[in-house]
Amino acid sequence: MYTQALDTHGKEPVVAAAGESAAHAARFQSRVDADEKIEPKDWMPDAYRQTLIRQISQHAHSEIVGMLPEGNWITRAPSLRRKAVLIAKVQDEGGHGMYLYSAAETLGVTRDHLFEQLLSGAAKYSSIFNYPTLTWADVGAIGWLVDGAAIMNQIPICRCSYGPYARAMVRICKEESFHQRQGFEIMLTLAQGTAAQRLMAQEALNHWWWPSVMMFGPSDADSKHTAQSMRWKIKRFSNDELRQKFIDVTVPQAHFLGLTIPDAQLRWDEATQHYIGGPIDWSEFNAVLKGNGPCNRERLQARRTAWEAGRWVREAASAHAEKLAARTTQAA
Amino acid sequence: MTDAGKPPASPEWPLFEVFIRSRAGLEHKHVGSLHAADARMAIEHARDVYTRRQEGVSIWVVRSVQIIASDPEEADALFEPARDKVYRHPSFYVIPDEVKNL
Repeated sequence: MYTQALDTHGKEPVVAAAGESAAHAARFQSRVDADEKIEPKDWMPDAYRQTLIRQISQHAHSEIVGMLPEGNWITRAPSLRRKAVLIAKVQDEGGHGMYLYSAAETLGVTRDHLFEQLLSGAAKYSSIFNYPTLTWADVGAIGWLVDGAAIMNQIPICRCSYGPYARAMVRICKEESFHQRQGFEIMLTLAQGTAAQRLMAQEALNHWWWPSVMMFGPSDADSKHTAQSMRWKIKRFSNDELRQKFIDVTVPQAHFLGLTIPDAQLRWDEATQHYIGGPIDWSEFNAVLKGNGPCNRERLQARRTAWEAGRWVREAASAHAEKLAARTTQAA
Repeated sequence: MTDAGKPPASPEWPLFEVFIRSRAGLEHKHVGSLHAADARMAIEHARDVYTRRQEGVSIWVVRSVQIIASDPEEADALFEPARDKVYRHPSFYVIPDEVKNL
């Protein structure tokens, strides 16, 4: 799940680096224009490579950090069925991180370098995971809204010009659909429950609505990289187009649940056939992105602890593999 | 604790390419790659990463460094010999309509 158009927060991309031939660049663009896929060993502009490394690795980090808010509820899931489902979902997110890291590695970065960037705080991940999961309803709302927004974002990436990223995304989108449905099912159960359960569902919607809407990234007017990413067919729709699609499909789902979207200005616009929401408070988004969300420090600390606590396992496995290899050589 | 920007102390596990046979009768197909300390761990990781929904009945793994690939820059020259040999396709031959089973 979970790209957030985070690439829009970097520096302006350099479109042609020194020493890149114009002929190569033209041929590359014509292949992209013809909807040919670019594969790892093909020539590509350095800026294309760097944009993809940044976007794919941020996406991978988001999957890995995204395991934490839901993992928080595995031991307290309200039934064995819910627990089994939640374990499967969190495991999928780990798997999605693995597909994406391996896609990024085809561009010439190492896995360790990517981890290092995450652990040092140099790399970004989707800011939605810096919010806490205080109740069980938050787990439902993540599946319904956060995975719902992620799917909206990710389906167009299945047609991305870079082959390994597109293929990873096809696999991810296939698996993601259950994530959203199980989340909606949790919300539905709560919405049909007691008054206290309905309140819990409403509060979860109140917590997650705006952060989910913001997952699509800054509005088009402030989005620096969109035009170049579209020319390269890394991106197919603008942030605002995807956000509008998400709002249009999600509002009727909230109505079905009997819940209220926490946006007093939200209205159906007959002329455009869209739901039109109120203005987005980007100051909160920017604060969370800068590291000042409710859980930023806790999330990174959890990843660092996991990396350090797993160190002896990685080293022991390497030592064991070396020993076995030496023994095989001796026997031969 | 990992210091900011400090490289991880131990070298990373080698990279393996993973190939899955989705069911008996079909060929193994490349699905992606993963890191593992050795081949056996690579198979176990491949099961967890690539077959969580019964996508496979058989797994091959091979160290990525062992794969020798053709160079895309030389693809034109490499595949050129087949380009002018359309007579290798059945549609090259014109057969009268009344002739059947050919």
